[in-house]
Amino acid sequence: MSARCIRTPGTHSSTISSVTNLTTETQVAPTRPQQTGAEVFAPVLPVDLRVTRLAKSFAGTLIFKNVSFGLSRGEAVAIVGANGTGKSTLLRCLMGLIPADAGAIDVLGTDVRGAKSSDLRAMRAQMGLVSQKHNLVPRLSVLSNVVQGLLGQSPGIRHWSQSFAPAASRAEAMAALTKVGLAHLASRRADRLSGGQSQRVAIARALVGQPKILIADEPTASLDPAAGEDVMDLFFDLARQEGVTVIFISHNIDHALRYGDRVLGLADGGMPLDARAKNLSAQDLRGLYD
Amino acid sequence: MTDASMPARYERPSALAFLGYAAAVVIILWSFAGAGFSIDKEISSPPRFADFIDRAFPPNMEPKVLARLGWKMLETLQIALAGAVIGIVCSVPVALLAARGLIAPTWINQVVRTGLGFIRAVPDIAWALVFVVAVGLGPFAGMLAIAIDTIGFCGRFFADDMEAADKGPSESLTATGARKLDVVACATIPATMPAFISTSLFATEKAVRSSTILGLVGAGGIGIELKVGFDLFDYPTAMTVILMIAVVVISFEYLSGWARTKIIGEQR
Repeated sequence: MSARCIRTPGTHSSTISSVTNLTTETQVAPTRPQQTGAEVFAPVLPVDLRVTRLAKSFAGTLIFKNVSFGLSRGEAVAIVGANGTGKSTLLRCLMGLIPADAGAIDVLGTDVRGAKSSDLRAMRAQMGLVSQKHNLVPRLSVLSNVVQGLLGQSPGIRHWSQSFAPAASRAEAMAALTKVGLAHLASRRADRLSGGQSQRVAIARALVGQPKILIADEPTASLDPAAGEDVMDLFFDLARQEGVTVIFISHNIDHALRYGDRVLGLADGGMPLDARAKNLSAQDLRGLYD
Repeated sequence: MTDASMPARYERPSALAFLGYAAAVVIILWSFAGAGFSIDKEISSPPRFADFIDRAFPPNMEPKVLARLGWKMLETLQIALAGAVIGIVCSVPVALLAARGLIAPTWINQVVRTGLGFIRAVPDIAWALVFVVAVGLGPFAGMLAIAIDTIGFCGRFFADDMEAADKGPSESLTATGARKLDVVACATIPATMPAFISTSLFATEKAVRSSTILGLVGAGGIGIELKVGFDLFDYPTAMTVILMIAVVVISFEYLSGWARTKIIGEQR
């Protein structure tokens, strides 16, 4: 990620990327950029996502509050934390799938909390989601599942199934399947795939619409370690090729440090960790699970 | 060893629970009384039943009678199939409106569910009477009665199936920016298709059973032959009708079970 940051004299960025330059300790609170003479490290790429003082409770139980961070274009951010700290809830709030209680969420210029349904759909059409469980539609073919990834951009019956889809959409879906190495299984029913294959199809579905932001909620949780490594390598290879911003949840500390440019840690109803991955050790992250 | 004592084999009910059990027993006994339950009649009925069997057997197997009843049975199946298909097809949009959290707001869910409850509350034979008044005597009234009865049954179960469907695929498609209708068409309905097929087959079985008695009120089918047989004390013919209905209904249940296994059994 550091390759994407250039020296910009006099720049005083308020984006969270500036925070990531600081980290040497495990627990790092967001701060202003570290000034070194007249120069600071700051991204010139646009900010895709900004969260400010976000709070969420379920039935009176606080999940998190005062969560603030931002993501620059092309950045990969890992979210870590023990079960119940609100990682998945946070991601769902970002996509407007569930409402937050307080704070502000800006995704690709859309105020998620105040947006109309149509604005939310337009925003989501620029995002992709890969879930813990692949969430493919089991009775449909692999190609139909991938074609449905275009529903946000082209709603309606033409994208309900590959049978009705325009030639261009079918070609895009096949191209996405080729990227994940499963073009030869395009006609197979989704419920006839292995776990690793299913997750690859889910990645193809998330990528077919050429999203600006990819969200992955423990994409390897239901896979064996070898398949999990394959899926993570593929996911990040493709994301980096396409220059996509990635935010992913992982309980695998090694994955968080290896694939994330930054690591955000949720614990005790807040986000006590926001640090560059290269400045963290596995031991630092284990503290979040104590 | 811990100092935890062995739990009692049976829990002693609370006073409130005991009152509830007592009330349930009273209501059941009261229902028996209201239904005219009589041990005397139970004891005296077997000889009468034996007398009926004696007069009904052997069933009337004259070719002319069998041909007439056969055509009526065919008409009965046609009423059942046509009514069930119309009912099942109409149930899908109705269920979409009844299912909570899919495409319609809560107040529409409630209105549609209340409507479906009303349809189910009215017996199919009563619907047949209503449609005989509305469209006249004959099989069309029976078909409409079966269709409306099927909507009440399938509409409710389709809606419940859609509410219970795995939300994962729906969420993934919602996350692509898809509209609610697209999400339902692409994720919810395919996920519930096995349940839809199973419910539809049960509805068709139910329609076949129901259609055999609609003729009692002039709504077509073989029921009228049963009524005439009993009215004229022609018990052999009435027995032929009863056996014919039993054979057809049981055969259809086997066929439906086989179809269910073939279609849904392939699911993993």
